[in-house]
Amino acid sequence: MSNPRGAIRALVVAAALVAANLVGVAEATPFDPKAFSSPEHEARYRTLIEELRCLVCQNQNIADSDAELASDLRREVHRMIEEGATNDDVVDFMVVRYGDFVRYRPPLRASTIALWVGPFVLAAIGIVLLFTQLRRRRQATAEAPLDARERARLAALLDGDREERPSA
Amino acid sequence: MRFAMPLVVVVALLGLLLVGLFLNPREVPSPFIGKAAPAFSIPRLEDPARTLSRDDLTGQVTLLNVWATWCVGCRQEHPLLVEIARSGEVPIVGLNYKDQANDARAWLDRLGNPYVTNGFDPDGRVGLDYGVYGLPETFVIDRDGVIVHKHIGAVTPDAWENEIRPLIAKLRTEGR
Repeated sequence: MSNPRGAIRALVVAAALVAANLVGVAEATPFDPKAFSSPEHEARYRTLIEELRCLVCQNQNIADSDAELASDLRREVHRMIEEGATNDDVVDFMVVRYGDFVRYRPPLRASTIALWVGPFVLAAIGIVLLFTQLRRRRQATAEAPLDARERARLAALLDGDREERPSA
Repeated sequence: MRFAMPLVVVVALLGLLLVGLFLNPREVPSPFIGKAAPAFSIPRLEDPARTLSRDDLTGQVTLLNVWATWCVGCRQEHPLLVEIARSGEVPIVGLNYKDQANDARAWLDRLGNPYVTNGFDPDGRVGLDYGVYGLPETFVIDRDGVIVHKHIGAVTPDAWENEIRPLIAKLRTEGR
């Protein structure tokens, strides 16, 4: 870099790279609409894209995902809302194409019952186990009553103790 | 005896996790199985003046293969598709998805063309209607235009021999 020509060439190359990169980024701009006919439409759009799953990344909703598919789905949601579709229409449109998996809030069905009820069942089992364990432990540690022989021995020990103690 | 219960729980959990290791999370069950293939009408890749529609997928068991030149898995499965096409076992219709027409045609010229015909879907509209989310995807469609099966990812020799080919044979014996 000591000669100025090399430095200029490096600068030009760097500028070209930056420019090329900008073009590339511009081509793949994710869909992010600003034009809504009403604030209510925009609010519904925001809610819906939060609740729909991106199938490419699977653990992201289509609001957060940069995947091209997510961008396409956001465009569809926007188009449908602007065309007067209800939220149910939009969700149905997605479910028809991608199945219930596309919904972050799955419907209550025979196939999803484990999903809805499972956590409560597990929690109930846990609570029952916890209480039975606690009760068992309390019983185990409760003082067992002494029988006659043990009581006599205890008394003897206590008396002996008193006698052996040096008098004050 | 004290540890019997926890041991059972741990072993059961390990069993579940082990099964989970061998599942493919990308294989989302398609809601289209058993349903009629969605209607569409798009230009053909070979000749944009002619249209390709759902009717071109009916009449006999057909594979609908969704592909693009930018898709690595498509490149991987391509030789096998060419081989299947050459054997004449089943017609393969292509759906060229989010691609450049020139690139797609050049790819077929260079690597061989296993498709009886191709639909050209540059903005992915048809793909969206078919619930396409990752290429390549291959649909098995019966004589009446009902989607019977969807294979996600490249068609491997294993998938062809053990999954798709027996299914085609079964459909034919059932007259579907």
